[in-house]
Amino acid sequence: MVTSLLQDNQERKVYEWLPFRFDRLRSGGVVVTNMLGEWLKLSDSEFNDLAGKVFSKPELLIKLTSKHIIRIKNDKLPVRLLALKIATKNKNLSYATGLHIFVVTLRCEHACEYCQVSRQNSRNTEFDMAESDAYAALAIAFMSPSQNIKLEFQGGESLLNFDLIKKIVIRAQEMNIRFKKNLAFVIATNLAVIDDEILSFAKTHNIFFSTSLDGPSSLHNANRSRPGKNSWELAISGIERVRKELGHDQVSALMTTTDRSLTMPKEIIDEYVRMGFQEIFLRHLSPYGHAVKSGANLKYNNRRWLNFYFEGLEYIIELNRNGTEIVEILASTYLKKMLTNSSGGYVDLATPTGAGLGALVYNYDGDIYASDEGRMLKEMGDETFKLGSVRTHTFSDVLLSDSLLNAVEESFAPSNPMCSDCAFESHCGSDPVIHHATQGDFVGFKPSSTFCERTTEIVPFLMEKYETDRFCRDLFTRWSVR
Amino acid sequence: MINLYGRATNQSIKRKLKRLVYRLDKHSENESDWFSLCSSDFQDEARSLTLVKNGRIPPDEGTEYVTAPAELGYLVNGDIISLSVDASRINVIWRGNANANSLLLTERCDNYCLMCSQPPKTKNDDWLLDQAFDAISLMPQTAKEIGFTGGEPTFYGQRFIDLVGHVDKCLPNTALHILSNGRKFSDFSFAEKYASFANKNTMVGIPVYGAEETLHDYVVQAKNAFNETVNGVLNLGELGQLIEIRVVLHKATAPQIVQIAEFICRNLPFVDQVALMGLEMMGLARGNFSQVWIDPIEYIEELAEAVQMLAANKIHTMVYNHQLCVLHHDIWRFAVKSISDWKNEYDAVCKSCEVVDTCGGFFHSAKYGSSSHIQPMTRDGYPLTNRPNIQSLVTSVSNQDTWKRRSIPVTASD
Repeated sequence: MVTSLLQDNQERKVYEWLPFRFDRLRSGGVVVTNMLGEWLKLSDSEFNDLAGKVFSKPELLIKLTSKHIIRIKNDKLPVRLLALKIATKNKNLSYATGLHIFVVTLRCEHACEYCQVSRQNSRNTEFDMAESDAYAALAIAFMSPSQNIKLEFQGGESLLNFDLIKKIVIRAQEMNIRFKKNLAFVIATNLAVIDDEILSFAKTHNIFFSTSLDGPSSLHNANRSRPGKNSWELAISGIERVRKELGHDQVSALMTTTDRSLTMPKEIIDEYVRMGFQEIFLRHLSPYGHAVKSGANLKYNNRRWLNFYFEGLEYIIELNRNGTEIVEILASTYLKKMLTNSSGGYVDLATPTGAGLGALVYNYDGDIYASDEGRMLKEMGDETFKLGSVRTHTFSDVLLSDSLLNAVEESFAPSNPMCSDCAFESHCGSDPVIHHATQGDFVGFKPSSTFCERTTEIVPFLMEKYETDRFCRDLFTRWSVR
Repeated sequence: MINLYGRATNQSIKRKLKRLVYRLDKHSENESDWFSLCSSDFQDEARSLTLVKNGRIPPDEGTEYVTAPAELGYLVNGDIISLSVDASRINVIWRGNANANSLLLTERCDNYCLMCSQPPKTKNDDWLLDQAFDAISLMPQTAKEIGFTGGEPTFYGQRFIDLVGHVDKCLPNTALHILSNGRKFSDFSFAEKYASFANKNTMVGIPVYGAEETLHDYVVQAKNAFNETVNGVLNLGELGQLIEIRVVLHKATAPQIVQIAEFICRNLPFVDQVALMGLEMMGLARGNFSQVWIDPIEYIEELAEAVQMLAANKIHTMVYNHQLCVLHHDIWRFAVKSISDWKNEYDAVCKSCEVVDTCGGFFHSAKYGSSSHIQPMTRDGYPLTNRPNIQSLVTSVSNQDTWKRRSIPVTASD
């Protein structure tokens, strides 16, 4: 009476491929991904069955069908589900540009070696943003269809022009009575010049702080020089002050990775743990500045960075295993794309590119850029990612400008050579800025791309961990939904 | 275990009854052993009917009465019963004091699940639907929750929707939980009609037994069932309806539970809750013992992983019908005491267990199959016999055999 699983299959059903991509793993086996980036690790013989359309083993059939890699011929349900998932992943596209970065001044009292933009010697205000430009930028920001609007203040050292930040915050809140957006404010600052007035204003207006912490004092102070050689001390006391006045979670920290950092991932992570941060972003080396010119050097440095990253990530996993909760943000972003229908929410790893669509940068002089890196390129003499000026352009002018649309369209990974058939394309992003900066066009030749190398190295590493380590499976699931 | 059925020990009704569903209405303030029987039809003869509890003297001569047997002695004011046409048999339909009240709408179903506890029948049982209409009319508006079960409640099509509307009209604040295989909702116009009648507290609990059709259709022994069920869930989701996904864990589904959880997280993340349920060894589950029975201890790790994945994805997750001693301690907090009170029991070995109060216990039917790893536990999730660091205490109790599964079940009062 009871029909068996097997017979029923073999007798009646014909299976066919849905679109899928694959790659061979260094550790053996093949990873297969469906249209959305849901993935399966198959053994070589299982993969041969898939490739040869030999659908006889029930376990394999069940795995492949449930991941929407194959379907029963003409079955509409997998298509309905895939369509829903893809729509979910891309739903934010119709609500472009949630992040609006205001470069309120280029002045800075630090002289960090990796910074391309600050004007530390300038005492006058020629590098400050004009009030009228700031208000014009606000008008553009509020025209964004996104319901969530985050205004981030950057520099230079943004707090050197705190008066303008205050005005922008107050004006934005006034405007928001009409626009009713979910409005959030972030001040990116080294915290060196923070004072009671700033803290009390931040408290009143629920402003979040994002600061720089490169690691332990020796590393941090070597990277970030300032008169008095006390950048780290000021950052640490600033973090403690913000926490005391505003609450523990009102300040986050971001590290810049330099050559010096590469040998000390554990020390850097320990510093974050010691300071009570539950997140760390092991950021890649910036290719802007000197390194841009030399492709080979870039690749070499990227390998060194990957070693640093993997050592750090392994260490973070062990910390978690032993009860210290700390998330690595880059892994978390990849995992969102690997394990959920979310697009990842990180502008540097988005498809289509997050430049312009995820973030807009209003420079101190009123010019608008597609990304922070785009503005840095301008400081190096390259205006490719300048989209207009707050004085003459509207939100739709900017979003529909050829400069942006060309970059968005050309860098769209699903249609880029080598990306279109890459197993990890759904987990990766599109970055016209970095490819333009390092290779001279928006697409880039992927074997020379450090951006490509990061994804194709890190994603299989995460998959391997997920497959083989139950603890990592739980941990990564939590990271993917944070 | 509470009996929901009894034979009248005495009765004076000589005619055939027209209405069969009655509410027990207190006869007078200080009398808790007799009740007037009230039907939904106020012109009905029932006004003159009386129910007395066993051992009580029937009321005045001339009143028509039924005497309930001792095992139905728990009946109280407001409870709803049905009588057979000749008033010889009493069925309890709804109890104000119950932890769960379900109305069986039909025994007909287009699935034929391997482990069905209520094996589908084919004969016409429309009277169950009529009875449900009556019972709902008689329920108090304060009723917190009622369930519709089957068979397949949607079998009735439009009349099922009318019944859902009837609940909305009579019991606007009552949560309605409908157990359905979901297939009918694959018809979008049916789903739409349902959505327009269901009140905001109405939830459909729909079983998904696989991440694709091979496994699901095998478990429910019906072709195209997975396809229709999932399309039904998607339609209800699009219409903003409350949805619960239910997975019964047995020999075929338990090894796949992580895959099923993954499928839900990726494809049905909009559902309101997921219930992962232990097998109830009733009905077809007994006949198909070899196809369905699995000791929960064998899937203890997989179940924990599935629950943690669902919970991490912010899906409200519950584990039903599992004793805490066969659940990974990490997921104890997801275990729900869900077994209806009338069929809920505990084992003799559970007496010394420190968490017996929070444990779901057993179905009455557990005697036909239950884990061989039932043992008393400590609050922090260790077997009582193996409490870490204090073994000296345990050795005096020692005798391992004490904890071995023997006769099961033994009633709670035992």
